[in-house]
Amino acid sequence: MKRLHPALIAPAVLIAATLVTAQTPQDTPIKIGFMVPLSGGSAQNGRDILNGFLLYLDEIGYRAGGRRIQLIVEDDEAIPAVGLTKARKLVERDEVHVMAGALLSSTGYALAPYIESMKIPMVYPVVSADDLTQRRRGTWIVRTGWSGSQPNHAFGEYAYQTLGVRSVVTIALDYAFGWESVGGFARTFLAEGGRIRKKIWVPVSVHDFAPYLAQIPRDVDAVYALLLGRSALQFMKQYREFGLKGRVTLIGGGTTTDEHVLPFMGDEAIGTVTALHYSAALKTPVNEAFVQAYRARFKKVPSYYSESMYTGGKWLVAAINAIDGRVDNRTALLDAIRKARPTELPRGPVELDAYGNPIENVYIRKVERVNGELQNTVIDTFPKVSQFWKYDPAEYLREPLYAR
Amino acid sequence: MAERKPLGTTWRLAATVGLAVFLLVGPPFLSPYWIGLLTQMVILAILAMSLDLLLGYTGLPSLGHAGLFGVAAYGVGILSTTYHAGFWVSVAGGLLTGIVLAALVGLIVSHVRDVYFLMITLALGMVLWGLSYRWIPMTGGDNGISGIPRFESHAGLPVTGPIPFYYVALLVLAVCSVLMMRLVSSPFGLTLRGIRENERRMTSLGFNTWVHCYLSYVLSGAFASVAGVMWAYYNGFVSPTYLDLTASSELFLMVTLGGPATLAGPVFGAGAIVLLKNVMSAYTARWLLVLGIVYIATIMWAPQGLWNLGRRST
Repeated sequence: MKRLHPALIAPAVLIAATLVTAQTPQDTPIKIGFMVPLSGGSAQNGRDILNGFLLYLDEIGYRAGGRRIQLIVEDDEAIPAVGLTKARKLVERDEVHVMAGALLSSTGYALAPYIESMKIPMVYPVVSADDLTQRRRGTWIVRTGWSGSQPNHAFGEYAYQTLGVRSVVTIALDYAFGWESVGGFARTFLAEGGRIRKKIWVPVSVHDFAPYLAQIPRDVDAVYALLLGRSALQFMKQYREFGLKGRVTLIGGGTTTDEHVLPFMGDEAIGTVTALHYSAALKTPVNEAFVQAYRARFKKVPSYYSESMYTGGKWLVAAINAIDGRVDNRTALLDAIRKARPTELPRGPVELDAYGNPIENVYIRKVERVNGELQNTVIDTFPKVSQFWKYDPAEYLREPLYAR
Repeated sequence: MAERKPLGTTWRLAATVGLAVFLLVGPPFLSPYWIGLLTQMVILAILAMSLDLLLGYTGLPSLGHAGLFGVAAYGVGILSTTYHAGFWVSVAGGLLTGIVLAALVGLIVSHVRDVYFLMITLALGMVLWGLSYRWIPMTGGDNGISGIPRFESHAGLPVTGPIPFYYVALLVLAVCSVLMMRLVSSPFGLTLRGIRENERRMTSLGFNTWVHCYLSYVLSGAFASVAGVMWAYYNGFVSPTYLDLTASSELFLMVTLGGPATLAGPVFGAGAIVLLKNVMSAYTARWLLVLGIVYIATIMWAPQGLWNLGRRST
């Protein structure tokens, strides 16, 4: 082995030194840690969320605040403990500046203490558990999506006043999302003077709705259904088979007819009225452009999940731009996320309330077949709906969370 | 069978010593992320060994073992958050919940063997899962319970960070391993193996095989509870996914992958699966495929588990 000559070492050190100094903070990428379920039963919804994000990052060429954006994607498998492990990996190993993602409420709750203890800003584009921005809210998590009861407060009033519904049977998935959606709907619907004849809860793993549909009295004005994925498809089919379609109006939570299941439904879904903060059929230039771009790239219609992280991405980037890419100051970044007012969003105008939840439009949508395709035609809009509806936040928070 | 000097003893010894040295001195040089993964491995190793007592030594394949683990974790979760109990109360409460449950469940399951044992533990595991999912006032349902205090602060240790908890977990693993090793080489443990090999003969020799199976189940449940308590502190939350079928079957795979009736095998099995899951998933979205291939390869070429590679099958 030859010994290195000192004369050779000197220039080498010089070159190395210049390389090091060239690596100013502005040249290192902004790392965004992202996690959703990409395997298991919720993989499709997780994929939609990721797709929306990818679409937006492509639009801006993976640059924000003058810096490159590096996206690190992890699969949380829809298991809270796995989500936590992946969060640890993103924060401690990849040293991300900001996090985004999560789909299930259980994962959302499991991550919260960790996110708070590590002081990493994180946006939740989808997790809708009410208490994340209500009774158990933290500092470092900002919700850019919605809370479960939010559109349903508006919908309860709408069902009574505009749809003229007086008595309702609810049928919903038996977990927090179902309880909060039905809870929100029931609260305003009952306050108007409506009557809930029966609340039917179906297990999340439901395969056959026959035993539940048989419990529905035929003389109610409407059935409120809160389902998603496979359960929504199955429900729609059996609702018709039971002769309920056409006899009892079907209304429900937005996920029941969301675009993640709508293309797989048939005529049995037509006429269903639901409420959500988004519809792919929303007639605004921004949304039409988004839907067109999404269809061109992913060959399918965007669901609310897809929109969630398109908007979430826009939100994050608006914040990063506002602080000129200096994301290493986490407090400043969090502040910027809370203050960011992203515009030109597919879902319409959004602002954040003091509790970290968006105030946004709630759309009343009706399933129609247009150009051979089912869509959620927007038939009415409740502008600027807060998670507390028209109630006083302090008073609202004194009451317990919606439960079964 | 233990006395025979089989092929490959050297590599097994080397692997054990190497792993022990690494676990003991490695972590201070590792990043917090890796210490976290190692802590996971250590805790799951305790759990896998506890199942090995049943599956490997007694020949009772349990598909509900994560239930006992999860219930102990819930014990800690509920005591430390809802009731704001102190550290020792939470730990004792968690352990006791798991052990009492094992003692009760054991009364039922110890009567059956083989595939019937598999089915009944599967069913009882699902019942426990259902309970955690539906007993909402107590368990928080699907959302689980979060906000379990950090181990160090709850125990009143003057240190923080991932390292102290890791070493506590390692110590617990060491104590549990010694206890379990003593157990399986004791006359009691030998009787368990006898039952595994030929229960009728053991009965005719005058052994009360039911009591042995029952005790084996309870002891196994006790060690699973230890792991459950540690797991609750490690994650800081509990949720129904701790005790679902996926968790139980993954645990089953850890033992079969590592090598049943070896105790050391399941430790490596647990480590291998945690590593595969977390490292592979960082490089490929198809990590489940890799995991599947590993399982198939194990079944094809190491049906007795990796730890028994090179050992003549019995």
